[in-house]
Amino acid sequence: MRWRHLDRSLLLWLLIAGVLLALVVNPLVRLLWASVHGTAGFTLDNYVTAYSRWRYLEALGNSLVLGLAVGLLCIVFGVPMAWAVSRTDMPGKGLVWAAVLGTFIVPSYLSAVAWILLAGPNAGWLNRGWMALTGAAAGPFNVYSMSGLVLVIAASSFPYMFVFTRSALDLISSEMEDAATTLGAGIVRTTLRVTLPLTLPAIMAAFIVEFLEAIALFGAPALIALPGRFQVMTTTLWQFFEFPPRVEVAAAYAMPLLLVTVLLFWLQQRIIARKGYVALTGKGGERRPVRLGGWRWPLLGYCLLVTSLGFFMPMVVVLQAAFAKAWGRGFSLDNLTLHNLRFVLVDQPLTRAATVHTFVYGGVSAMFALALALAIAYIVHRELVPFGRALAYVAMAPFVIPGIVLAIGFYAAYTSPPLVLYGTAWILILAFTTRFLPIAYANSDAALRSINPELEDAVRILGGGRLLALRRVVGPLLKRGLAGAFILVFIPATRELSAAIFLYTTGTQVLSVLLFDKSDEGNFEYLAAIGLILVLGTVAMVLAGFRLIGRDFMLRRTTA
Amino acid sequence: MSKLALAGVGCRFGAVVAVDDVSLALASGEFVSLLGPSGCGKTTTLRMIAGLLAPTSGTITMDGEVISAPGTSLPPERRNMSMIFQSYAIWPNMTVAENVAFGLEVRRRPRAEIRARVEQILGVVQMAHLRDRYPSELSGGQQQRVALARAIVVQPAVLLLDEPLSNLDANLREEMRYEIRRLHDEFHITTVYVTHDQAEAMVTSDRIAVMHQGRIEQVDEPRALYARPRTRFVAGFIGRTNFLDGEVLGDQVVFDHFALPRALFVEPASLSGRVAFSLRPQSIHLHRRRPAAGEGVCAIAGQVVQRAYLGEHWDYAVRPQASALDLRVTARPHEVFEVHEAVWLELDPRQFAQIN
Repeated sequence: MRWRHLDRSLLLWLLIAGVLLALVVNPLVRLLWASVHGTAGFTLDNYVTAYSRWRYLEALGNSLVLGLAVGLLCIVFGVPMAWAVSRTDMPGKGLVWAAVLGTFIVPSYLSAVAWILLAGPNAGWLNRGWMALTGAAAGPFNVYSMSGLVLVIAASSFPYMFVFTRSALDLISSEMEDAATTLGAGIVRTTLRVTLPLTLPAIMAAFIVEFLEAIALFGAPALIALPGRFQVMTTTLWQFFEFPPRVEVAAAYAMPLLLVTVLLFWLQQRIIARKGYVALTGKGGERRPVRLGGWRWPLLGYCLLVTSLGFFMPMVVVLQAAFAKAWGRGFSLDNLTLHNLRFVLVDQPLTRAATVHTFVYGGVSAMFALALALAIAYIVHRELVPFGRALAYVAMAPFVIPGIVLAIGFYAAYTSPPLVLYGTAWILILAFTTRFLPIAYANSDAALRSINPELEDAVRILGGGRLLALRRVVGPLLKRGLAGAFILVFIPATRELSAAIFLYTTGTQVLSVLLFDKSDEGNFEYLAAIGLILVLGTVAMVLAGFRLIGRDFMLRRTTA
Repeated sequence: MSKLALAGVGCRFGAVVAVDDVSLALASGEFVSLLGPSGCGKTTTLRMIAGLLAPTSGTITMDGEVISAPGTSLPPERRNMSMIFQSYAIWPNMTVAENVAFGLEVRRRPRAEIRARVEQILGVVQMAHLRDRYPSELSGGQQQRVALARAIVVQPAVLLLDEPLSNLDANLREEMRYEIRRLHDEFHITTVYVTHDQAEAMVTSDRIAVMHQGRIEQVDEPRALYARPRTRFVAGFIGRTNFLDGEVLGDQVVFDHFALPRALFVEPASLSGRVAFSLRPQSIHLHRRRPAAGEGVCAIAGQVVQRAYLGEHWDYAVRPQASALDLRVTARPHEVFEVHEAVWLELDPRQFAQIN
């Protein structure tokens, strides 16, 4: 009798759970296994190799310095802007908001390319400007340095700080500030003693995000640190992969990065969950902007300065270079050309293929991630298999795995039988799918939450199975929300570099990888053109997102 | 053979017992309500009948065939039932007609038949003119009618309703009670109706099962349930009542400072030791003068301690002489007594319902 009562869709749910294990758990297990496995079985030799050289340890130290410095600089950049936009009567808030969104859209490796054009020794625009102004023989700026790297990464990643701080500020009612002013405190004292301390948990949480972002980045450090003759963890990991690849050593070297990330994210969750700061949990009371008086314009100036570093200046030089015959010849009409874009998109088979790959891989992995995430969210919500909650954790796990570590795990798991994916597009697609699964999951989960389960029960009691309920009712109702989630996955998937750089082969290049590869040749016009294509693709997606989900969809706290 | 039968059905979620032990049998075409306060397990019971939940003990059978037992449960889609949900669960992405046609499409009926039956049922629920509307364009009552039409059109073996009227405003709720009963009289579908509203259950049902803490306390026709509740919970949950605790001493039943002859009670032989009764406020009458001793009626002296005029009737609290017991009495509007006034209470022991 039991078989008659079996819900036939159960097999599908089990299959999906299996796919999830293959994507998330297997790479991590293989990574760990590779790190402790030598020719003679269990060994710690790989760890000894990875940590016995001074320059490997130095790279570790550099990453630490980089992460801390970026985090601190982001506070300097992001917090005043968040306060200005959320709590004051500063003019031009819309412009600042757009510029922050713009900063989000420019990938940090493209920002790095732009800063090479801006602050490269001698030839950079800023240096040339300085020399023209002062008559000096050399400019003062050198992007190929730790301080240059910190500035570039901070200027392009401060939006996280902005978004976190702003959402916290948005929840503080004016009454709390009024309570201080009625006791005789002025604006400055109130802001420093009441408003900012209330947002401190959010700032600390964002600091951790910035720190982790900085130490996990590959593109910007590789473009700036390597010519500057210093190393960070991610560039060192990459060098372990130069021929012959030493996966075991890379795996061992990656372990601390993974552990630190997991630990800090755990800490961040603790900070956010802390109940001591009630202001974070409730919206209440009236909110009046602080009147800045004469300080309105200087504050706007500061906001524009910060966004100039991360968005305006980089975009200007990228646009100039992308349409220039030679970028060094400056902004003149006879220097204009469409050759670079044409070359990248049409003439050169390699870049042409990479353009197609970028958007196809991005689209396919966004589709996969979404389908998988939706299925898992569904299984979890409807309690279709035992231990469904565990699946939710596994689906969210890639969030705390640096892309570069995930890539090494994929390499370890899928370059040898039984499943050889290395050399095919699938390894890239599946790695992207895994990497952005958490974004898809968080969105699917939220979308499913909004659907009353009774809508499905109604299908079933009228004789339709679960799959029919999904097709006829749940699917159509989720369409809009899922389109938004698709975009949120598609955008980072088209720009992903740190996972792609370990997994691509000659036939499967994508634009981000190509941009990085071509940086050796010093042909910045092509680099800028490639970057521009990526940015335009993203902008198109963002505009579609505006229409579908509303203007704040990229800068929402949940997606940051 | 009963159409639908629950035997010792229970459902636990971990340590929480949602449904403890429910046994109930419905004859074909019968309309039975599960009535009880929130958290009594009535919706859980309904979801087990629907197959949306599997019981952790007991069995559910339909036409003699086991459809639910611990660990194995026929999926809802193969039970040939219909259900109306608290949220109506009208699919917002389909029009009224599409919603109603869905169950017939799943059953692969010919297109012409689907059209005809959808039209017919929409006529029955007076929704034919709104057939192409989307649910978001309908009022709550109209959505309710769509839900009814969608559930009935497939001619289910059993119809289940889960608090279908709780989201409607008071007037509409009253109208829909009669509508539901009318549809039942028209189609004779075996029905289980879950509600926490006794009036709803009274209007619609052939029998009412009162549930409390995961168990059925009493199953009876509405009149019997009101007149002869068998437990303190049922007596208190259905309407208002007075609880009287007494003791059988010889041929008297002794209460707090007054006594009534044992022989006048229903089934006097079964009364012994400590006894408890429920007495409805409508069963007590007030008089200025001592009423003439009629057959089987007793009179005791008392005093009005509280009163309230509610338009349709008076609500008095009357204390029998020397007693600490305040009896609620419902009187007609013209029966006016002042607070502190001395009155006579006319009690009929046959109206005392013994409870345990």
